[in-house]
Amino acid sequence: MPNQILVDYLPLAVLLGIALFFAVLLPILSLNLGPKRPSQRKQSPYESGMTAIGEAQRRLPVKFYRIAVLFILFDVDIILLVPWAMTFRDLGYYGLVVMFIFMFMFILGDVWVWKKGVLEWE
Amino acid sequence: MTFGQIALWGLVVGFVMSMVIITGFAYTTLLERKVLARMQARVGPNRAGYIPLPGRGGQEKKLLAGFLQPAADAVKLFFKEDPTPGKADKVVYNIAPMLAVIPAILILAVIPWAGKIPGLVPEQYSYFAIVPGLNVAVLFVLAVTSISVYGVVLAGWASNSKYAVLGGIRASAQMISYELAMSLSVLVPVMIANSMDLGVIVEAQRGGWIVFLQPVAAVIFCIAALAELQRAPFDLLEAEQELSAGFNVEYAGMRFGMFFMAEYMKMVSLSAIAATLFFGGYRGPFVDQVPVLGFVYLFVKIFIGLFLMIWIRATFPRLRYDQLMLFGWKRLLPISVINFMIVAVFIVLAQEGVFAPITRLFGF
Repeated sequence: MPNQILVDYLPLAVLLGIALFFAVLLPILSLNLGPKRPSQRKQSPYESGMTAIGEAQRRLPVKFYRIAVLFILFDVDIILLVPWAMTFRDLGYYGLVVMFIFMFMFILGDVWVWKKGVLEWE
Repeated sequence: MTFGQIALWGLVVGFVMSMVIITGFAYTTLLERKVLARMQARVGPNRAGYIPLPGRGGQEKKLLAGFLQPAADAVKLFFKEDPTPGKADKVVYNIAPMLAVIPAILILAVIPWAGKIPGLVPEQYSYFAIVPGLNVAVLFVLAVTSISVYGVVLAGWASNSKYAVLGGIRASAQMISYELAMSLSVLVPVMIANSMDLGVIVEAQRGGWIVFLQPVAAVIFCIAALAELQRAPFDLLEAEQELSAGFNVEYAGMRFGMFFMAEYMKMVSLSAIAATLFFGGYRGPFVDQVPVLGFVYLFVKIFIGLFLMIWIRATFPRLRYDQLMLFGWKRLLPISVINFMIVAVFIVLAQEGVFAPITRLFGF
């Protein structure tokens, strides 16, 4: 009998293979079936018909960075709740109290972020 | 079952189900165009393929008009020129559509399509899925939907066009914002069913759908799923007036088609996940006697989900970006946190028998 985890996940690996097959096949077909007539205009970046001015990959507004950092913080909090959600029936009142302390800190952080105006999108 | 038999099971079922879903995706595009057209008092695509029937007054009546339109679209996409922009980052530009399609197919792995069908489902599994009995299915869905952010943001970045970069960054910020509320609302059925196995969650809805117990979580999940899919009214990354087409503006041919494919396949699979988590999955009348009916019920529920998404697109205007962020962070996230805590308290109190005197009072 092979390893049980390996058996459980084997169809997933096969499905990943199928997905990779489609993902590689489609661009190859597309690149080989279509015509190829490159030109200067066609290769230039699209900017509503105007000649592109300056670089596109430039510095981005810091707002997006703040959102990304907040997402990491809150998402780690939520991921920590997943094992709790699986075991809280066994933990009873104790688990509930522990979760409330955890969520209190979560909400405290949320309120602080809110009051600081990080979520404002001017 | 031996190792080889399980691999064969994965190959056959995986191939069949992904073929079903690719056909489903093609016809979802047709459904969307037809339904949107009817809602705007148009006819929609009706030239590619129809069944001619004699009608009144010698005129030909066209049945199923346009049912070959998806095939025509696919052929057109394959035979279009597929240029790579000169300033693009070639490697990332090529990888991005693959990164969009692979997660869209992988979500299918955990969806339970039907109950235990004798002869079709192997002995040790209790339901029909590509990867049955995966005990981290819900976590898997969350993880895979997160991966699809990469396809979008890398496509935008690698195209090296201003519209594409802006669209990609906007999309990633939107997707990660709504993922928090989505993860919290997904945990609610997990707590009610006490399992992360989607098949167990479906069986836990034997007495009643979770949406009746927890309408708040269901609504939050549906809104967050719309935002994850970047469907209207959250389709800011492809706001035509501002960004022309968003992250995929530089793509053409089938590599553009792959983004399209990923979006519609994710529509289908997230409808299936929503149906599984909140609306009873493959369960319906007589499903215990005739397990094959499970396929029919799930497909009907997926169809209703798709129709609702198209209806919403036809009805609601697009949100502004600051409204989108405000709604995600200041409304949806606090509501889902509080809802999560309320559910936890109720389940623990019910388990400890606090509600027993009350239920006894009403004679349950």
